[in-house]
Amino acid sequence: MSKISRRKLITTGLATAAGVTGLAAAARLAKQYGLAAPDGGGIYGPGETLNYAAQRVLAKNALAREFPHSMISKAPFANEVAPPNNTFKRLQSHGFADWRLAVDGMIARPASHSLADLKAFPVGRQITEVACEEGWSYIAEWIGTPLAEVLNAAGVLPQARYVVYFSTDSDWWDSLDIDEAMHPQTLLAWGMNDGDLPVPFGGPLRIRVPRQLGYKSVKYITGLTVTDSLKHFGKGLGSASPEGGYAWYAGI
Amino acid sequence: MPTLALFPESGTQLAMDAFSLRKCYSAYLPDAPLLVIRKPPRHAAYVRVTHWITTFAFLALLVSGIEIVISHPRFYWGETGNVLMKPLFQIPIPSSRNTVPTGYRYVLPDQNGWSRYLHFQSAWAAVLAGLVYGIAGFLTGHFGKDLVPRQGDLTWNAVRGVLAKHLRSAHDDDAGSYNVMQRITYLAVIFVLFPLIIWTGLALSPMFNAAVPGAVNVLGGLQSARTLHFFVSLFLLLFVVVHIAMVARAGFRNRTRAMIAGALQAEEHS
Ligand code: HEM
Repeated sequence: MSKISRRKLITTGLATAAGVTGLAAAARLAKQYGLAAPDGGGIYGPGETLNYAAQRVLAKNALAREFPHSMISKAPFANEVAPPNNTFKRLQSHGFADWRLAVDGMIARPASHSLADLKAFPVGRQITEVACEEGWSYIAEWIGTPLAEVLNAAGVLPQARYVVYFSTDSDWWDSLDIDEAMHPQTLLAWGMNDGDLPVPFGGPLRIRVPRQLGYKSVKYITGLTVTDSLKHFGKGLGSASPEGGYAWYAGI
Repeated sequence: MPTLALFPESGTQLAMDAFSLRKCYSAYLPDAPLLVIRKPPRHAAYVRVTHWITTFAFLALLVSGIEIVISHPRFYWGETGNVLMKPLFQIPIPSSRNTVPTGYRYVLPDQNGWSRYLHFQSAWAAVLAGLVYGIAGFLTGHFGKDLVPRQGDLTWNAVRGVLAKHLRSAHDDDAGSYNVMQRITYLAVIFVLFPLIIWTGLALSPMFNAAVPGAVNVLGGLQSARTLHFFVSLFLLLFVVVHIAMVARAGFRNRTRAMIAGALQAEEHS
């Protein structure tokens, strides 16, 4: 082996070692500063963590675009939903009068809100776009209760880091970091375009996370759990999405 | 790239390519010991490393991008678009969603999960490699020296000369540096298509659009950005196909070896 190629080999080896150490250090730092995504293991972990960390560092407080009334879609597309289960049908037959949103976990005052209770909070309205990961989109006006109002009323404990949300469909649950949950545009929507939220669009209650893709805005919300760790929810990947192969962080 | 040669006996230094060196001087100096003391590589190390990272990333982006498009092969112009709205055009392929009217009676399996993970991970790799390449390219003067067409080369005659030569024979003997056609296409890819694909791609992210609303708004809205992203990727694909064909005509193995190891083989034995 010639001198040059030996030197090259050593340099390449050192560079690789430095690279690997650098990556490991970066992963450790990301974790320490809350920049690591819950599904940041696996072969696609680096990309997922870069997406999430970039958002945490550069766009934590950015506001989703809002549109003028004239841009509300005349043909919003509700997408498909799983057929309603019996619990849902029973609640629907009573006009959702018995619909409940349970709030528990790391909070001072656990609560269970009816739709009327939610409507008694200050109302949030926004004309924002729903963008599906498939590529299509529509704009609607969303009327509801800012999630921050409900969380503040519940008294979130200082160690809380995530809010997990559940729906009548046990296969469809998700979570937000506490900053996204407290973001002024994150809404528990019960109205759409000046009427009640129609069932195909998630009525009577859906979450709206306008800075992320549509699948984060879970329909038929029945419960919120405030937590400091996502390890014990499902497979510990943050939501049902990564269990089905989709990213937890849906800002892109 | 010229070879820098040193004749130890006379102390003469000559900078020329190795072939001419042997051809011109061996007659006059048949026994002169010739020592090649420095042979600058055809491609700098950072060009080679970032080129292959980009190539792998591009292939991954292409495969995953096609998978993602299959879930909604309809394109729109403006801010919004969905199956209840009239598309600008629709690619006549089956879809991986039964909500999309395609005319086909079957629905393909959903591959968007891993496709999206892979798409963004490869995009990061391509963007980071592109940044290293762009910064190093400016700092070393590579763009000005090797990619901006040489003075006088930008005439129609010069371009026609290059084209005619390529049509006449596959042999590209001006291997010392890129010809004017290569220079123009590389510059277009590096400074037009690459920035555009990143911009239109970022403009599809609701979080990015929250942070930089102007980026999507000047493109005409979310659906316009998606349509533009699709067309820019078609141009990139066209570039890569022509690029590989051009490399093949100039000698695929030799040129690709040079892009991996740095130098053309013909020069290695001089
Ligand atoms: C299998 C795929 C590819 C092969 C075999 C290949 C091969 C090569 C070779 C051999 C060269 C040097 C040409 C010469 O010396 O005359 C080159 C240069 C270049 N290639 Fe590729 N390439 C591939 C894919 C790509 C892709 C996907 C891109 C970008 C989207 C790309 C962009 C470039 C650029 C910009 C240069 C000029 C680099 C510089 O000197 O700064 N290539 N390629």
